[in-house]
Amino acid sequence: MAEKILMKGNEALAEGAVRAGCRFFAGYPITPQNEVPEYMSWRMPEVGGSFIQAESEVAAINMLYGASATGIRTMTSSSSPGISLKQEGISYCAGADLPIFFANVVRGGPGLGNIAAGQGDYFQSTRGGGHGDYYTIVMAPNCVEEMGNFPRRCYELAEKYRLPAMILADAILGQMMEPVEFDFEPVDPKTLKAPDWALGIAAGRERRIVRSYDLREGKLELLNLERMERYRKIQEKETLHENRQTDDAKLVVAAYGTSSRIAAGAVKMARDKGMKVGLFRPITLWPFPAKALAAIAEHVKNFLVVEMSMGQFVEDVRLAVCGTARVDLYARPAGVPSADEVFTEIEKVYQGIR
Amino acid sequence: MPEIRVDETRCKGCELCVTACPLKCIAMSETFSVTGYYPAKLAKLECCTGCGLCAQICPDLAIEVWK
Amino acid sequence: MKLINKKPASLVDKPMRYCPGCGHGIVHRLIAEIMDELDIRERTVGVAPVGCAVFADEYFNCDMIQGPHGRGPAIATGIKRSKPECIVFSYQGDGDLASIGMAETVHSAARSENITIIFINNAIYGMTGGQMAPTTLLGQTSTTCPAGRSVAVNGYPIKVCEMLAQLQGARYLERTAVSTAPGVIKTKKAIKKAFQNQIDCVGFSMVEVLSMCPTNWGMTPVQGARFVDEKMTPVYPLGVFRSPEK
Repeated sequence: MAEKILMKGNEALAEGAVRAGCRFFAGYPITPQNEVPEYMSWRMPEVGGSFIQAESEVAAINMLYGASATGIRTMTSSSSPGISLKQEGISYCAGADLPIFFANVVRGGPGLGNIAAGQGDYFQSTRGGGHGDYYTIVMAPNCVEEMGNFPRRCYELAEKYRLPAMILADAILGQMMEPVEFDFEPVDPKTLKAPDWALGIAAGRERRIVRSYDLREGKLELLNLERMERYRKIQEKETLHENRQTDDAKLVVAAYGTSSRIAAGAVKMARDKGMKVGLFRPITLWPFPAKALAAIAEHVKNFLVVEMSMGQFVEDVRLAVCGTARVDLYARPAGVPSADEVFTEIEKVYQGIR
Repeated sequence: MPEIRVDETRCKGCELCVTACPLKCIAMSETFSVTGYYPAKLAKLECCTGCGLCAQICPDLAIEVWK
Repeated sequence: MKLINKKPASLVDKPMRYCPGCGHGIVHRLIAEIMDELDIRERTVGVAPVGCAVFADEYFNCDMIQGPHGRGPAIATGIKRSKPECIVFSYQGDGDLASIGMAETVHSAARSENITIIFINNAIYGMTGGQMAPTTLLGQTSTTCPAGRSVAVNGYPIKVCEMLAQLQGARYLERTAVSTAPGVIKTKKAIKKAFQNQIDCVGFSMVEVLSMCPTNWGMTPVQGARFVDEKMTPVYPLGVFRSPEK
């Protein structure tokens, strides 16, 4: 068994990326993710990588655009307002099929909002985020250990399907400390095969071009159709989710990230009171585990969505159950619910079930 | 004698070579090329010294200088 | 007889799409000749801008990347830090470098990134159809200052070399013009130095090239070249603003 280390979420995220082979980090200070660039500022040189504190989030994402075009594993991180600034660059990476990895340690919004936890960036993350037709792989950890272990999967999927991948965390996950056990051996980047599109030393081969545009009549659509096919494969094969006590449930609570931890506590309280309540937690938010949720909806006719936003995640739940079950929403936009509160909501919905 | 050879498929008739030639050897054709421009040509034989200034200013790599 | 100006191997052998009398073709050829002469084609990565020179990625026969408007220096930074053995250049216009990308320009100079920037200053937005640029001259007309650029409405043109010369990290800054054949020869010398500096790990090098945009200036190419000499150079004097030797 690997050693357990007590780590802060943001540090686990950074260390997880380093262990997954990240050798380039560019970032810009913004609360509550500052521990990530701070950690990388000494850790990158230690492993022979590069760390740059960029002049802006815009510059940082474009440094990644350049660095990842050379075929290496790269990372940037930010929090909500900073992620908005990065969206142009993320769109270019999607358009150029570059497998960048980034993390959004979400804070309250819109605007400057606050620096506490929120889940208001769900739409932005799962619907592409920037301009144009594209998706980004979105993984939603709900503990510090997952903060540390998810970067590796992000890199692998990003490289396999050639698209950006991200971790959607929040201020609570970034700031709290928990024991972490890394579930993989550190990746030596030298052992990774250089991709056949990477820029660099061109001796003995044709020149390569990385770009996101095609002005030739009809060509862009062909490119997008090819990308759409990749997205379809990802949706078919790469969803991750967790079901807890859903088999005999009359009511299933659906929640991701921090909300899912709180919801798990409330579900336990309900079970202790003899109520048949389960929990559905998507781990990948895009691709959304819609089939898994639809399977639950075959026998469960009541869902309660708990999210720290006005009702963004609930849309994916409703799309997945597609009118076959009733879906209620408990929304705390830029607020953190307590397990007691969620339990009260569960009771209310449960009492209405015949 | 040195001479220039103009690639009429590349020349866009900008005339910058005409102004660059110190001996005024270059003029524009009176008939247009396949690309729809009036291309440059060596107008005076035995005038070109092969200095290459026309090729220096040519934006389209349309001029070959032979010496 | 012998051909004395063979086409550079570092340029793809095909006609360029630029307008008649546009300076991009000249500067493209110079960069390609320099790549040949320094024997760096196989380890050079070029960054193409947004603007007319977006097509640069088709013309240079080396690895190329095309990125968002103004972000060339950030992209070049990412490439250079990841692959220090590569020679990285960013090719940018005035809107790209001095307006939307000013922060990236200034900070890559301040960090003295060991990259080479070729800055084409033609005092106008070309690709979008002739709008006012940060370098548009006072009184010069454009589609967004049809009565001419005025101080009251638009402020003053930005002198990029003079501004960057204040930064310790900017190791080499020179302004040249490609409006005359001797100017082209001087420009090549300057760009070659900017590449050699990178090979020698000197740090940030930029050459600002005053260039013609006859189409959007509403002039013939010959009038355009004259405009550079008579109108632009008094505002943007040619010369070396910083050099590693000084």
